[in-house]
Amino acid sequence: MRKGVMRPGHVQIRVLDMDAAVKHYTDLLGLIETDRDDQGRVYLKAWTEVDKFSVVLREADEPGCDFMAFKVVDEPSLQQLEKDLVEHGVDIEQVPEGELKDCGRRVRFKAPSGHTFELYADKQYTGKWGITEVNPEAWPRNLEGMKVVRFDHCLMYGPELAATYDLFVNVLGFYLAEQVLDGDGTRIAQFLSLSTKAHDIAFIHHEEMGKFHHASFYLETWEDVLRAADLISMTDTSIDIGPTRHGLTHGKTIYFFDPSGNRNEVFCGGDYNYPDHKPVTWQAEQLGKAIFYHDRVLNERFLTVLT
Amino acid sequence: MSDGFEITEQCSGNRFHCEPGQSVLKAMEQQGLKCVPVGCRGGGCGFCKVTVLSGDYECGKMSRVHVPPESRACGEVLACRIYPLSNLTIECRPREVVETARQQTTTKSMR
Ligand code: FES
Ligand SMILES: [Fe+2]
Repeated sequence: MRKGVMRPGHVQIRVLDMDAAVKHYTDLLGLIETDRDDQGRVYLKAWTEVDKFSVVLREADEPGCDFMAFKVVDEPSLQQLEKDLVEHGVDIEQVPEGELKDCGRRVRFKAPSGHTFELYADKQYTGKWGITEVNPEAWPRNLEGMKVVRFDHCLMYGPELAATYDLFVNVLGFYLAEQVLDGDGTRIAQFLSLSTKAHDIAFIHHEEMGKFHHASFYLETWEDVLRAADLISMTDTSIDIGPTRHGLTHGKTIYFFDPSGNRNEVFCGGDYNYPDHKPVTWQAEQLGKAIFYHDRVLNERFLTVLT
Repeated sequence: MSDGFEITEQCSGNRFHCEPGQSVLKAMEQQGLKCVPVGCRGGGCGFCKVTVLSGDYECGKMSRVHVPPESRACGEVLACRIYPLSNLTIECRPREVVETARQQTTTKSMR
């Protein structure tokens, strides 16, 4: 977080049917509903998250991702980032405090990949859900479904990876954790991080702008991933692939879809980085193994099914 | 005969049974057939687009980018979001054919 951008803060996901979506994200994933607003949006969080919400659902006639936001360490850093964005030639939009309930002002902009991102410094601190701040127990006993730990990252599909890299690395202070290079040395996938995590946001090259591949949630163990797979079957939820392991990041994972066709991931493990680590490179010829380490072949669905 | 309907996919000639209230895509998948590509199964990705040539059906919610009202009116719908009310004949043209046709149309219209 060289420039004060700290971590993923929230993602707003469009859904076709709100009731079905809320049931999916709460009963199955185990997110907790924390509020609703007069636009009908529903606010959710995972239990270990300290702020009021990390996922916002909005009913619309086309699924996908409205925007993903990153939390900035404080207001002066936000002001500096705003200046840097403008200087970089990025159009910014001011979203006033309270547009999302209990969230401070947001600075919104579009990346060259066609995706909308936001920066903000303030959101109501509600603390971890279901446990006390002093002498906390290990976990709350009344969690549902997969009991996801936190909203972890998104994977976006779009063009202009180089310009998007420039914006995220040189303006926002992300670093390149992992990449896929084709035969000419062109980057076709970039995994960017703000922390020791393997990624906070990832992009894969795709002709169409602004497509959403998945929102991902963290689980502690492989056993939890298997349990998630059981729950996906028990609830007859649309599965994509897994449980398996990624080559990229080496995370252990399962992919499935929400009732509107947005892809979700729950995963555990994965590599870590410190500032003296070099980026990990995968060659495009090995893309199958890079994405699905066990199958070693890509399924067409992973590359083309997007919202 | 048990309850339900028979679905015929014209390009492959595949026929399969669909229970009342079951989506066409789900019925196809359950019978191990592959004549319609399977994506999100939620009406969001447009992967399972088919044209219904004959028969009655109900529609669930479908993404408007993939099924605008004009398409819906002429039976271009998503197999994961249609629930038959009678026997259906559907057509799912292989993707490459659709892509080539689309490219040819744009080339033509640009001239
Ligand atoms: S499979 Fe995605 S719209 Fe039908
Ligand atoms: Fe992921």
